[in-house]
Amino acid sequence: MSVATNLMALLRGEVQADRIVPRTGQTARLTLAVSAAMAFLAVFALALSLASGRLADRWSAALAQSATIRLSAADDQIEIQTRAILTVLSQTPGVTEARAMSDDEQRALLEPWFGPDLPVGDLPVPRLIEIIEDETGFDAAGLRQRLAAEAPGAVLDDHTRWRRPLVAAADRLRMLGWLSLSLILGATAAMITLAAQAALASNVQVLRVMRLVGAQDSYIARAFVRRFTHRALTGAAIGAALGMLAIALMPRAAQEGAFLTGLGFQGLDWLWPLTIPPLAAVTAFWATRIAAFRTLKGLR
Amino acid sequence: MIDMQDAAYGYGAEPILSDMTLRLAPGSFHFLTGPSGSGKTTFLKLCYGELLATQGSITVFGQDTATLDRDAIARSRQRIGVVHQDCAFLDHLPIAENIALPLTVSGRDGGASDANMRELIAWVGLSARAAAHPPELSGGERQRAALARAIIMDPDLILADEPTGNVDWEMSLRLLQLICELNRLGKTIVIATHDLALIRAAKAQVQARVLRIAGGKLSAAGANL
Repeated sequence: MSVATNLMALLRGEVQADRIVPRTGQTARLTLAVSAAMAFLAVFALALSLASGRLADRWSAALAQSATIRLSAADDQIEIQTRAILTVLSQTPGVTEARAMSDDEQRALLEPWFGPDLPVGDLPVPRLIEIIEDETGFDAAGLRQRLAAEAPGAVLDDHTRWRRPLVAAADRLRMLGWLSLSLILGATAAMITLAAQAALASNVQVLRVMRLVGAQDSYIARAFVRRFTHRALTGAAIGAALGMLAIALMPRAAQEGAFLTGLGFQGLDWLWPLTIPPLAAVTAFWATRIAAFRTLKGLR
Repeated sequence: MIDMQDAAYGYGAEPILSDMTLRLAPGSFHFLTGPSGSGKTTFLKLCYGELLATQGSITVFGQDTATLDRDAIARSRQRIGVVHQDCAFLDHLPIAENIALPLTVSGRDGGASDANMRELIAWVGLSARAAAHPPELSGGERQRAALARAIIMDPDLILADEPTGNVDWEMSLRLLQLICELNRLGKTIVIATHDLALIRAAKAQVQARVLRIAGGKLSAAGANL
């Protein structure tokens, strides 16, 4: 019998076949509990993956198309060199927009560290010039050379230096999230296999009788597979629902706490956790099927 | 029905059974005798494919059991009714469901109507006990239930291993009568037993051949039984 036929029979259900395998409370509870716990953890691993993925994308996109020029010069040179820089930038291909940040904007940037009412004008704070690039970007090396000639106090920071490790860290975090998901799935499969093997071992007499009366291996396996698949599906559905609820109830906060509070699902991302119960069911299906056929092989 | 050619079973220097050449014709009735541990159960297991001959060949329904895959073995068992010495029931199911088990596993639940089931259960005298579970039945009731389960698929061949081993003489005769009735309906019967009185009682009702296993060899038993 093909796997597709088996799957159809599994979904359709066979009341009589289900009755043939005696109910074992311990393995039933174990499978339910393990599936629920693993699905709960899987929801968090998924949320972590998606959040870090979003973060990496946001950092990549936001930082990849912007750059900053830091100008440190004597007071009488600041305005002159600022104008020179803006002129150079207006002539640089790949630069969409360039503007010098106002004192208020610079004060706002420093406020989280130095508090409000910071006298920016009294401090040797460099002038910041924000650059917005177009999709093709600009030639950073060429721009640096021109700036060195026109405004010796200017330093171009295209964010590469600190963007790369941030994006790499976010990517790594995303990978770890997926790895955690794989490990959770593997652990679920291992535990369900153990539970199925325990159930099969305690039902060897049932297997013998069924073989004796002419039951084919696929029929016998299906009786066990169906039971464990249902338990895994039910347990995982409960665990995933609780996980989603916990994520939904996480507090929302302002931008500065965005990473931790952004640990969740947005829009269609909410569909992802719904794949966990079917995935747990498929895992249980194969784990039990393999265990059942292995046990039956020992009986003729 | 069953054809053995120089069949043997066992490992090592002394096989459990050897040099078995035998042909069981359809509709025949055979007793298999021999002392305890002589290999009667092994012989029956070779017939329904639970064991495979280590030498020679055993053909059941025209197919060499050694060449059958697991599914084919299962299908062939749907044509063989086996009555085990220990009856081999599923204790968590009522006896009526145990009797119907071969139909259930072959997907033919609808094949036997409730009326047919009731008739079969009545035939083995278990109408009042149909809802009971196997541990609640006496030895004789279990043996009759095992017989009912063995014939529910209307098999061509019935193999019974000490079917009267745990019952009194009166019940033994009742079971024998049921088995003889099946033989008269054309079923091939092989009964492993060491109960010579039972064999004599059967010979009064049907034409039965007696085979003897001793020292690992199969032979036709003498006429003095």
